[in-house]
Amino acid sequence: MNDQAQLLPGTLDLLILRAVSIGPLHGYGILLRIGQISGNALLIEQGALYPGLFRLVRQGLLKGSWGTSENNRRAKFYELTATGRKRLREETANWNRLVAAIAAALSAQPEEI
Amino acid sequence: MRLLDSLRRRMATLFRRSLMNAEIEDELHSHIQHRADDLERSGLQRAEAERRARIEFGGQVRYAEESQEAMGSNFFETLIQDVRFSLRKLRKSPGFTIVAVLTLALAIGANAVVFSVMNALVLRPLNVPHAQSLYQLGRTGEKWGGNESYPSYLDLRDRNRSFEGLAADNISGAGLDAGEGPSRAWGYEVTGNYFDVLGIQPYLGRVIHASDEHGPNSAPYLVLSYAYWHTHFQDDRSMVGRVIQLNKHPFTIIGVAPPKFVGTLLIFSPDFFVPMVNQEQVDGQSVLNMRSNHWLGDVFGHLKAGVTRAQAIADLNSIGSYMEKTYPKEESRVTYSMGHPTVGDVFDGAVRAFVTGLMLLAVLILLAACANLGSLFAARAADRGREIALRLALGARRMRILRQLFTEAVLVSLTGGAIGLWGSILLLHGLSVWQPFPEFPMNVPVTPDAAVYLAALLLSLASGLLFGVVPVKQVFITYPYEVIKRGSTGTVTGRITVRDLLLGLQIAICAVLVTSSMVALRGLARSLHGNFGVEPKNATLVETDLTTAGYSSDNMPVMQKRMIDALAAIPGVMSVGLVGQYPPLHMGWTDTNVFTDTTSDLRPSNAAGDAIQYTISPQYFHAAGTALLAGRTVTWHDDKDAPRVAVINREFARKFFGSVSNAMGRYYKMPNGTRNQVVGIVEDGKYTANLAEDAQPAMFLPLLQSPSSETWLIVRSGSDAQHLAAAIRSTLRDLDPGLVSFIQTWNQEMNGALFVPRMATVSLGVLGVMGAMLSITGIFGMASHSISKRKRELGIRMALGAQRKEVLKAALGRAFKLLGFGSAAGLLLGILASRVLALIVYQATPRDPLVLAGVVFAMALVGLLATWIPAQRALSLDPLILLREE
Repeated sequence: MNDQAQLLPGTLDLLILRAVSIGPLHGYGILLRIGQISGNALLIEQGALYPGLFRLVRQGLLKGSWGTSENNRRAKFYELTATGRKRLREETANWNRLVAAIAAALSAQPEEI
Repeated sequence: MRLLDSLRRRMATLFRRSLMNAEIEDELHSHIQHRADDLERSGLQRAEAERRARIEFGGQVRYAEESQEAMGSNFFETLIQDVRFSLRKLRKSPGFTIVAVLTLALAIGANAVVFSVMNALVLRPLNVPHAQSLYQLGRTGEKWGGNESYPSYLDLRDRNRSFEGLAADNISGAGLDAGEGPSRAWGYEVTGNYFDVLGIQPYLGRVIHASDEHGPNSAPYLVLSYAYWHTHFQDDRSMVGRVIQLNKHPFTIIGVAPPKFVGTLLIFSPDFFVPMVNQEQVDGQSVLNMRSNHWLGDVFGHLKAGVTRAQAIADLNSIGSYMEKTYPKEESRVTYSMGHPTVGDVFDGAVRAFVTGLMLLAVLILLAACANLGSLFAARAADRGREIALRLALGARRMRILRQLFTEAVLVSLTGGAIGLWGSILLLHGLSVWQPFPEFPMNVPVTPDAAVYLAALLLSLASGLLFGVVPVKQVFITYPYEVIKRGSTGTVTGRITVRDLLLGLQIAICAVLVTSSMVALRGLARSLHGNFGVEPKNATLVETDLTTAGYSSDNMPVMQKRMIDALAAIPGVMSVGLVGQYPPLHMGWTDTNVFTDTTSDLRPSNAAGDAIQYTISPQYFHAAGTALLAGRTVTWHDDKDAPRVAVINREFARKFFGSVSNAMGRYYKMPNGTRNQVVGIVEDGKYTANLAEDAQPAMFLPLLQSPSSETWLIVRSGSDAQHLAAAIRSTLRDLDPGLVSFIQTWNQEMNGALFVPRMATVSLGVLGVMGAMLSITGIFGMASHSISKRKRELGIRMALGAQRKEVLKAALGRAFKLLGFGSAAGLLLGILASRVLALIVYQATPRDPLVLAGVVFAMALVGLLATWIPAQRALSLDPLILLREE
């Protein structure tokens, strides 16, 4: 467990959007999917997922509807809205820029400055 | 059960916060179950798996709460929050709130009142079953609406193929004696099928049916109206079956009509219904067989299923041409129209036109109020720029702020609407029990119903949204950073804004209303002192009907002469005149066709014209105060055996003989062929209850040559009206205790004639006052807003030595400019509108210096009142304090 990284603030939303962008998922499924696509490298407390999820719904990025899960249980499935899709693209681009910039900054050698 | 459960949960979600998160709980629970499923698959027992899943999930309650916050509150909660916040805000500025609420209360109250009246008189169908298919017939192209005679009604009833049945009625007054002496009652003479055509079931006993009719005076039955039974017989059920005296003829009470049924003329509240075949007993002389006497009130019936209105009219017109062919003497070209029997359709649609006009004005007032409140709210939103900017900066969404502003507006409009509705209900209640004509039972059914409440609610909501929308732009263009940086001093633009236009429009509307109400008021004042060809002052009218007292046409003139002589003997009485049927200025009148002496074919289409007909005693002109211009008046010698004579008015002489001098001694013919010789000419006068009427021909025939059972005695006396009335009453009782008489001064009687112009004046006056109040609040709002926005500028001007006059000019110049332009435009429009008014109000003319001066004065007063406080505020600005503050 110790080799799992803490999430940066604000990145959970991005991860949720990304997870859901692959296909409609219920809450628990989103967690599993994030684990799967991040190689289980991120530490997310299960309950913490939900406030984020509802925030995204409220912002109109996700929409949810009740259905039946693969375990034959009632569950709410989430999918991206059009705005959600657009936001995911923008945020991904932003993230990549940020990462590139910070990586560049961190790897800069004294002689290069 | 599941459905019930989820339903209950949903309900609870709406109302109780503790259960608000039921759905969230469901979802979290589902998550834990899924996790437990996975754990179970990896080999754990179910109970252990669920325990582990719960632990892994973390603080379930905490996450539920956080989720709830993240989800945002629901509609109702937001609403309650907004309402609370709005109330707090409104309480903080009580002046603004009171002005806004009162303005709306007035405007919506006015709309509710006018709408109720319109609803009652024009919109609401008659209170009978299947009112949609009930139509009333009218002859088109005839001067006074065009009624049927009884024979022509029978033709229509029996020959039409379009109606389920056609019924007819006629309003008549009679002396009703239930054992305690006669008193006058009003009722309907109805055809036998009347109740069955209308589909009215009795409240008690039975109603009249067609099977009761077996020729003239064959059906001495009487149905009481519920109201009369209730007030006069105290709901005594044993009245059914009793015999009472109607004009001294025995009639059996066979039933009581249902409570809400008042016949087909909404404003008349009848006391009884009697079969029309007994018309002779009620009216004294039979007119049942007279085709030329078009005395029937309304003729109406339900269209047969599948028959269109056009088909029915074609059907009726074919009967019309049949009658024209068969009875060329009595009938001219007859064509028909049909309408639903509401009050709006009688009086030639005048009521409908007037009420619609009034409604339009009321809506205009509401629009003005909205414009006004819109600018007040916009001003407020501008003043609250800082607050809104701060909220935006703190992350509030614009929609949320708008929603709150709208809540505030709707809150104000609903409160105003509720107060307005409350006031209007009080007013309408007063109106519905009001009896404008003491001798005639009126029914003004304007008590508000669901439609009125709904209209008021919709108007309130609509106006709230309307004026709430004005500040929207402001919120959308608010950039928090700019506003907070800049402070609250707005830039002053020189161009004309929408707000200015709105205010100008409103001032114009106010000026229109003030102008027309002043024109109406002046016209009314003139009406009271106008020359009507009679002198109502110092004259008392005694109305009595000799038929009611059981006299026949033989002994009637004798009795009438005795009455005149007895009343003339009362001390202080100067003269007594008698006029048959109706006196001038009464609501009713008799109109007759006249023919030139050379006409031999006396069908209506050959008439030279028509004239109002009076039957008079010799002293009539003296008692009525009508000046004789030429010739002589009638005498007691102009009796049945003497040659027929007539006194005509100047208009009659002018219209049919060319001039007064030409008319003397000439002859003209009546519809029955009688040749009347003109022996005298009197001045023109007003004859109908419409004082605004044009000069009309009138003829006055001697009482002995055309007897009338309806008797109006005009008693001219200088003594006190009340003493006189008592003396008249005892004199008449001595003559015949069975005589029913109704005594009032001619001025009181004229209230009927002045009713419509008075109503018009009062309504216009009320609307005018409201318009003025709206303008005041509008100008007030604009002026104070502009001053608070320009405080700093004004302060600097004062610091630099500006005079009071200049400061005022800067602060209020625009308001006064608007007032000037608006008033001028309104005055012009008002002058145009007065042409319409002239149709209702006698001598209503805006070309009257007093009216013009009055309007200018009123508008100046409005301006002064509205700008007084803002002006004081502008003048009391202290530049030092101001500059320090900012």
